[in-house]
Amino acid sequence: MQSQIIDPAKTELNHHHTATVVDPHHGGHPDHRLFGLVVFLIAEGMIFMGLFGAYLAFRSTLPVWPPEGTPELELLLPGVNTVNLIASSFVMHNADTAIKKNNLGGMRTWLAITATMGAIFLVGQVYEYTHLEFGLTTNLFASAFYVLTGFHGLHVTIGVLAILMVLWRSRLPGHYSSEKHFGIEAAELYWHFVDVIWIILFGLLYLL
Amino acid sequence: MTQATLQETDNIPVHPQESGERKWQDFFSFNTDHKVIGIQYLVTSFIFYCIGGVMADLVRTELRTPDVDFVTPEVYNSLFTLHATIMIFLWIVPAGAGFANYLIPLMIGARDMAFPRLNAVAFWMIPPAGVLLIASLVVGDAPDAGWTSYPPLSLVTGEVGEAIWIMSILLLGTSSILGAINFIVTLLKMRIPGMGIHQLPLFCWAMFATSALVLLSTPVLAAGLILLSFDLLAGTTFFNPTGGGDPVVYQHMFWFYSHPAVYIMILPFFGAISEVIPVHSRKPIFGYKAIAYSSLAISFLGLIVWAHHMFTSGIPGWLRMFFMITTMIIAVPTGIKIFSWLATMWGGKIRLNSTMLFAIGFVGTFVIGGISGVMLAAVPFDIHVHDTYFVVAHLHYVLFGGSVLGIFAAIYHWFPKMTGRMMNEFWGRVHFALTIVGLNMTFLPMHKLGMMGMNRRIAQYDPQFTSLNEICTYGSYILAVSTLPFIINAIWSWLYGPKAANNPWNALTLEWMTTSPPAIENFDQLPVLVTGPYDYGIEHRKQDANPELREVPL
Repeated sequence: MQSQIIDPAKTELNHHHTATVVDPHHGGHPDHRLFGLVVFLIAEGMIFMGLFGAYLAFRSTLPVWPPEGTPELELLLPGVNTVNLIASSFVMHNADTAIKKNNLGGMRTWLAITATMGAIFLVGQVYEYTHLEFGLTTNLFASAFYVLTGFHGLHVTIGVLAILMVLWRSRLPGHYSSEKHFGIEAAELYWHFVDVIWIILFGLLYLL
Repeated sequence: MTQATLQETDNIPVHPQESGERKWQDFFSFNTDHKVIGIQYLVTSFIFYCIGGVMADLVRTELRTPDVDFVTPEVYNSLFTLHATIMIFLWIVPAGAGFANYLIPLMIGARDMAFPRLNAVAFWMIPPAGVLLIASLVVGDAPDAGWTSYPPLSLVTGEVGEAIWIMSILLLGTSSILGAINFIVTLLKMRIPGMGIHQLPLFCWAMFATSALVLLSTPVLAAGLILLSFDLLAGTTFFNPTGGGDPVVYQHMFWFYSHPAVYIMILPFFGAISEVIPVHSRKPIFGYKAIAYSSLAISFLGLIVWAHHMFTSGIPGWLRMFFMITTMIIAVPTGIKIFSWLATMWGGKIRLNSTMLFAIGFVGTFVIGGISGVMLAAVPFDIHVHDTYFVVAHLHYVLFGGSVLGIFAAIYHWFPKMTGRMMNEFWGRVHFALTIVGLNMTFLPMHKLGMMGMNRRIAQYDPQFTSLNEICTYGSYILAVSTLPFIINAIWSWLYGPKAANNPWNALTLEWMTTSPPAIENFDQLPVLVTGPYDYGIEHRKQDANPELREVPL
């Protein structure tokens, strides 16, 4: 059969297929970007899993954790910051709901609030860094603390920038609508991801 | 079965400007066509193969005599470090990605990958990473802590070289992850209507399993390298015992990627061999589902065996038991594949061309590497031969005897599709003969050397090992020579070879149902599946004189 030509119109199998053959020409390429982002976030999540695993391994190798002489971590500011970040995820979701109702103004407002909350989180983190009594190389716990929170902070920064970019693009009329708003969904998904990672991180570093 | 041929004439592109003939500039530019990117991957990785091969021969030249007489021990350390790094990260991994890029959209009847631009970005991270790595030689501080870069050694051998190594691997890892995202989304979302997962060619299954491994394991290596770079550059002590850190944690993170990496390097070629053998045996593949799900099983098991590289690193006994057992279990899905290939060939009308020779060579030599792998999985034996040439022999049988022979089988098989030209058969056979002789001559004596206790990663050795080392070294020269007929054959055939038909091997998978080389968007009309991807011989039933038999659905 491989060498002889089969006319689909003459094969009894063909009618199963003709109905399903869609779009023989260019264009109708369905949007797989959100799915692609989910797959990407699995990889991102695995970086954090690697870091968390390493943290737990370091923790298990030392008899006392954090190592003796490590100053106590202040819980109030990071606690407030955690609540702030979790709350921002809900705020972000409102932006998505708004654009699905074609409410562009509402979407922009919610996005702006989310970005502000993200910025507050980052400011809080920098404030905490500058007021801690240990530095990057003080001991194993300190190093892990700075690298883990810093790597997460980098992701928050990227998230804030993504939200700002969506805000900037939304100034163009018709750029986002109830049918077409991948940018908002992507930024939201990423933001939730960053949020979930922080909850684990907070539990590991501050509470455990 | 339900599927896979299409009307060949329908897919000959009607637009003459889209004849699939690419200008040479396209291959040097940021092009988003998956076929251009696939060839970019393959050619780039082959260039790095040659560079890594030169380094291997320099290493072997040093080892021809027991004394240090060819390069200094420091240079020797850099050479084997760069050899391994290049062969793994710049040759075999990207070569697999190259075939995947070229073949996946064609095999599933798509016009391109899901994210063509991301695809190009992934490729274009590779040349800078490779140049960066090789530039370390020019800087004069090449990485020399082995491709494993274990701390604390890697923290004291040279800051610049190590930093370059880390940066290069991070780039290559990112490229690999971006590629995997593309493969997964393309395979799951872009198949033509009517192609269920059980109508997918086995190469696609293999690439799905590979991509899942890349996605789950590469980021953990990245995390380990981030921590390592802090140790190296910022003075932290994550992996430095003098500051309370634990080097074994690095080993866990490293092998959490680098063991799956061996499956990332072999699964694509398991897939390619599963395509090659049925086509050239003119028989349906034996055990389609067994092979398909074995890929997934290998992928899953591959994630939970990493610590068998660390049996001598002081991990607890119960953990060694666990990793020994899981490692041995991997031989089961692998064995299923081997026996399925043998059963496919059994009684087939085998065409013993270069493709099939390399495929048969692959099965044979890979089995040797597979068996020594099961030996190494046994903790007592592993402790005995750890860090000896036995390990070097094993890994080269699976990576050279496996992956590299698989790459060559795949090149001979798909060259007509990719270039529209046939390769020269005679020189292909010469290439095969030299390769199989060279590879066994180089790597077989290493088993004996390892059993005798010769350490790996040393420039100087006890004179009692001399004669075996000489055999290895001369074998490696044969291997170097063996690539010459291939290079000349490939270039000459690409330019002047006889024009290839659209389907020169009479294959049934969809990539053969378009022009050679394929048009820019692959298919003018979406292919219609009428047979399964491996229904060789089954078509005779349709042509049977008996009209009742003719009605039997495929």
